Formats: sequence, C-alpha cells, structure tokens
Amino acid sequence: MYDGKLIIPGLIVFVALMTFPIWKNMGNAGPVPKLEKPKGVTKCVESVQYMRTSHMKVLDDWRDQVLREGNRTPVEVEGVKYDRSLMNGCMKCHTEKKKFCDECHTYTSVKPYCWDCHYVPKETF
Amino acid sequence: MDIKRRQFLKIAGLSTIAGLGAPAAFNLLLKGESSPVSFASSGAGAEVSHDAAPTGVRLGMVVDQRVFDANQGLAQKCITACHLVHNVPNFGNPKDEIKWIFGVPYEKAFPTMSHYHRDEHLHNSRFLVFCNHCDNPPCVRACPTKATFKRKDGIVAMDYHRCIGCRFCMAACPYGMRSFNWRDPRPFIDKATYNKEFPTRMRGVVEKCNFCVERLVKGLQPACVEACGSSGAMVFGDLNDSHSEISKVLKENFTIQRKASLGTLPSVFYIV
Amino acid sequence: MLEKALTGSNRYWGWIAVLLAFMAAGALSYVQQYNYGLGLTGMSRDVSWGVYIAQFTFLVGVAASGVMVVLPYYLHNYKTFGKITILGEFLAVAAVSMCLLFILADLGQPLRALNVLLHPTPNSILFWDMIVLNVYLFLNIFVGWVVLNAEKKEVAPPKWIKPFIYISIPWAVSIHTVTAFLYAGLPGRHFWLTAILAPRFLASAFAGGPALLILLCLIIKRVTKFDAGQEAIQKLVTIVTYAALINVFFVLLEFFTAYYSNIPGHMHTLDYLFFGLHGQGQLVPWMRVSTIFGIIAIVMFLVPATRKREDTLAIACVLLFISLWIDKGIGLVIGGFVPSPLEEITAYHPSFQEIMITLGVWATGFFILTVLYKIALSVKEEKMIS
Repeated sequence: MYDGKLIIPGLIVFVALMTFPIWKNMGNAGPVPKLEKPKGVTKCVESVQYMRTSHMKVLDDWRDQVLREGNRTPVEVEGVKYDRSLMNGCMKCHTEKKKFCDECHTYTSVKPYCWDCHYVPKETF
Repeated sequence: MDIKRRQFLKIAGLSTIAGLGAPAAFNLLLKGESSPVSFASSGAGAEVSHDAAPTGVRLGMVVDQRVFDANQGLAQKCITACHLVHNVPNFGNPKDEIKWIFGVPYEKAFPTMSHYHRDEHLHNSRFLVFCNHCDNPPCVRACPTKATFKRKDGIVAMDYHRCIGCRFCMAACPYGMRSFNWRDPRPFIDKATYNKEFPTRMRGVVEKCNFCVERLVKGLQPACVEACGSSGAMVFGDLNDSHSEISKVLKENFTIQRKASLGTLPSVFYIV
Repeated sequence: MLEKALTGSNRYWGWIAVLLAFMAAGALSYVQQYNYGLGLTGMSRDVSWGVYIAQFTFLVGVAASGVMVVLPYYLHNYKTFGKITILGEFLAVAAVSMCLLFILADLGQPLRALNVLLHPTPNSILFWDMIVLNVYLFLNIFVGWVVLNAEKKEVAPPKWIKPFIYISIPWAVSIHTVTAFLYAGLPGRHFWLTAILAPRFLASAFAGGPALLILLCLIIKRVTKFDAGQEAIQKLVTIVTYAALINVFFVLLEFFTAYYSNIPGHMHTLDYLFFGLHGQGQLVPWMRVSTIFGIIAIVMFLVPATRKREDTLAIACVLLFISLWIDKGIGLVIGGFVPSPLEEITAYHPSFQEIMITLGVWATGFFILTVLYKIALSVKEEKMIS
C-alpha cells in the first residue's frame, strides 16, 4: 500500500473520533425515564404501543386535519371526547409537559419545536 | 474486477435514483392532495379542487368607511382587538414590524384609484387594510410548499409548521398584507395580554390575517368585526349566500375593491 | 482526478487559504444569522428580498452563460472552443452551487428546505426553479467530468455523453427563463411584470458570463501554461459585445414603455433607480455607475484597438461585469420592491453579517471554481508536456 504510514494512523484517528460518543459513555445510556400514566384515565386514542412509537404521527395527522382540512370533529374514546389538539386534547390528561414530554425527549435527545409557538402553562413566560 | 465494480456502481446508482424518485412520483400520482394543479387558471386549487366548493361558502368582508369616519378611534379598536387575540408582537420599529390589520390613507390603499378632486372626507380617512382572502390568490400560486393555501370556505390560510420562509408569497402579494418573523416574536408580546388559546409564531415564517378561523369554529365573529359592535362598520359573512347580511349590504351599496384590475378577486369590499 | 487539486504551487495554496478564510468568516456570520433570524440582515417587511436573492438571480445568469461556449462547439462544430468548453461547464457548476447556497442563506427556516420536495407544488415557479437548477448542476458536473476523463486518457469522449450535452444546451436557457418567471409572473410588481424580463435576463447573462470567462482565461494564461488562444478569446468578445448591445436595447425598451405610456406604476421603480423618487434615491449612484461602466465597456469592445490588447480587454470585461452585476445583483431585485404595494419607499442597507455571508458564498463559489479549474488545467498541462 502506498503511504501506508500515513493512511493507517489517519484511519485510526478517524475511527476513534467518529466513535467518540459511544465509548465516552462506555455503552451507558443514562437512567431510563420512569414511565407514568395519567391518573383517572385508562384508555388513550390509540393503543399504548402505537402511542409510544407513533404519537408524533398522530399529532402530525391531527394538525393537517384541523388546519388544512378544517376537520375538528373530536376523537371519541369510551364516551370521552378529545379535541384533535396537543394543547386541548393530549394535555387534558397528560397535564405536565415536564413529565409527559420533556423527560423522554431529553433522554432520546429529540427536540420538537411545538413549544416555540404553542403555549405551555407556566413555562412559556 | 474493474468491470464488476463498474457494473455494481451502475446498478447501485440507478437503484438510488429510482428509490429517491419513485416515492415522490407515486405520491404525486396516487395522493389526491397533490393532484396535478393547472397553473393557468386560479392556482388556488393547491389544496382544494378547482370547482366551486360543494358547500359553496365564500367568506368575505365589507368595510363601511362612512362609519369609521364618523367614529374616530373605532379603527384602532379593531386593530388592537385583532393583534391581541392573535398574539401579534409589537417590535416598535418598522424594520421588524408584523401587522395583520392596519390603517392607511386612501391613496395607499387604492393607488390605482387615486385622482384629483376627490371627496374631501377622503383626505383624512384612514382605511383598514388586511388580507383580501382573494378567490384567486397570487400568494398561494407562488408558495412552493403549500404552506399557504385556500380553504374550501375561501379563507387563505397559513400553515406555519410547513412554511420554509422563502418569502415568495410576500413578493407575490400585490397588497403588501404579509409579514415575516424576522426574529423571535415571543419577547415582543405583552405578557399581560397574551392570549393563551392562540399560538404565537416562530421566527422565520410568514404570517397574516386568517379571518379568525379559530373563532369562526366557535361560532364567533372575527375579532375586528366584534370590536365594531353594533356600529355595522364591518360586516362578515358568506358572499355566496344571497340571504346573508353581507350579500344584502353589497346589493344595496356601491363598493370598491383594492386593485381589482389584477384579477385576484378580493373578498374584501369597501364602502367609501 | 481529484488528487490533482491536492498538489500545487505556493501561490495556489495561498489563494485557497484566502478563500477558506472568507468562507470561515461567512460561516461564522451565518451561525449568527441562524441563531438570531433573518432580522440580522437589512431586509424588512417592505424590502423582503435583499442581496442574497439578488446574487442568486445574477449567478443563475453566469451559470446559464456556460452554454455560450458549449453551443458553438457541439452544435456548430466550432473547434476553437473545444479547449475552453470545460472552463464554461465548470464555471456553471461553481455558479449554480453559489445559487443554491444563496437560496439556503435566504430561507427563514432552512431546516425545512426539503419541504419543497415533500410537498411538491407544480404551480409554484420556485418548485420548477429548484428542479432546473439541480438538474443543470448535475448535467455540468457529469458532462465536464466525463469529457475531461476521456481527455486525460487521450481517447474520444464516449458516445452516450452526447445526449446529455445536447440536453444541457436548452437547459441552460431554461434555468434563466424559469428564474425570470419567478419575478415576471407576480401581479402588482410593475418593474418585474414584463414579458421582456426573461430575454433581458438571458442577454445580460450572455454578456456578463462570457466576460467573466474571458477574464478567467486571461488569468489562467498568466498562472498556468494553458492558453485559450487569441481566436477563442476574440470570439468570446464578439459574443459579449452582441449580448451587451442587445441587453442595452432591452433596457431602453423598458424605458420607452414606461415613460411613453406614462403609467405611474411602470415609471416609479425606474424613477427610483435612476433619478430618485420623492427625493429618495438610495440606488441612484449605483445605477449611474452601472450605466457609465456599461457604455465605456461596450465602446471598448467595439474599438478594435482596445479589444485586441489584453490589458484593455481585461479592463473592458471588468467594467462590463461590474455594470451588469449592479444592474441585476442590486437594482433589479431591490428596486422591484420600491415602491411597495402600499406605495411606501423603504431604503435597504445590507448589514455587516449579510455582506460577510454574501462574500462567504462567493468565496465558496470561487473555491469550487479553483479546484475544478485546477483539475481541468492539470490534465491539459500534462497532455501538453507529453
């Protein structure tokens, strides 16, 4: 190999830098957030599994339905009607942003920009 | 070896192109949302079809300048009502300025209709201007992401989540009714009057009057109309409904529209 | 072939270092703009597009002008341009790259740029501009690279590249036409609302682009062993002269229609740009410089004595380039916003960061250009030595 003296150390440095975040934490991802369910309600608009993986999809769809199609008919679960809305739907049960949004988002390093525009009691101002 | 590699690259390249292009093409063909839009005619059909909406609703507004002239301060009440209910920030400088509804002299609101020897009262009048919710909106035609679109009821709406901030709609609007969030608006909204039921905007998106879409679903009138009280200075309703109050007002009065010659078909009418 | 860009004289590395410094300064300013918002620029509610979009518009023209060397060579078999087609194509690559960067710098929400693909909107001209620019970028990189590779191996370019070359010719016209349509289809902006905008764009592009190419050829002749040749350069001069004259003609047509019809909306922006409107004429000095430079340049191109000498030719090219840059890179876009739809006259002054970002993008473009030219000229020099 031409220039092996340069290429091999270069590759080693490159791999070391690229994997820095992994070995820095030594495979430890930090404490897993404790999941807590809203009190007094047993059923969400979709299954627990679906909500865990795809709640952002639900919000996306609702946003388009409400904003673009003008469809604001509430979603009914076990006789309870929920607005197709983060603020006026989801957060009626999942009341605390800190507990129900931030904890997992911080853990997974996800930064949704909902709160740039939407209001959170106490936290917006 | 060399030929094999070349063939591999060819196949890989072609499948990448196919993989990238196919979903978009399928989306275009299969989804109704982005059905091929004709760009010759209205262009307004970016979101809904070109035919008249099934319900036939076309919301519009009449501004009676005679009432505003008789009630000094009423216009300011409308402006304040709107800007409070929609959390419109106040930057205090014209460069960053955001406004949904504001007053301008006759010759600025209607530059194509200015002339010598106009009525005396027009010299001091300030006309309220806001989004015309055109039936044929140039801003909707220009938007590259359908972030601004025309609803079935005729309202030209904004989807702030989708806006990329290219400001093509601002260049396209012949009325200067669109504002851009040049910086984070939140610090410039008065905490004391903040409306918790309506979102603020983020920096980098365009905004404008939305005909109070959020109030209409609750059965309320637009905030500016409500601020006029029973004065009748502003009348809001369905232009296509021949029994609506607005249709009655339009039948009985001579009205003008801003730059009607541009063919945008504004939904806002003025009684001078 | 990329390795050829990694070896060079001290002068080459010095130039690269200067460009990198400007790119870094631009990037720093962009970080500031990204964090603060576009309010960091001089743009406002009334003048909602500024130097970014103006540079974009100008550079689409430079990109399109590559066709002025490609077309005579491939369609008319004008062999003299054979040596410099690659320079035209790579100039187009650098110019389109700058265009895309300027668009990105101008977006309020740059992270959402791909929404244009996610929600394709055929009724928006910006959607089509995105398509034609990216395809044009691809065509020029692809054709340039394949042809240069063949030249390096001293074989004829593969036959299958021909269709790509032929497509790239009308495509060059399309990029500037679509860019003109961005403006020419907007109701209520009288200065832009003119059917002659696209031809005017093309005329000024086919004058400014080749003028830049002449300058580049003259510089290359000094810093490398590659000489484009007197004949090729003089043919470019002919193209520049005709295009510049046609451009002047088109501008005069705009003046005639505006002032003879006497329609206020048509006259206002021209008034503002060239004479001042209601006492405000922020751009008047610029436009007058543009006019004077343009006239001097055209005279120098027409007089045989000045166009045949390299030093005077270089001066003429610089003057013309500056003239057209002011006309399109400042006057056309910014002027179009004055007066506003509400008849307001708002001045626009680019901010420090805005200027740094603009310089940074230009530096990036010249960086791409330098690297690509370095590769192309190294290949050509090798051939000359062997």
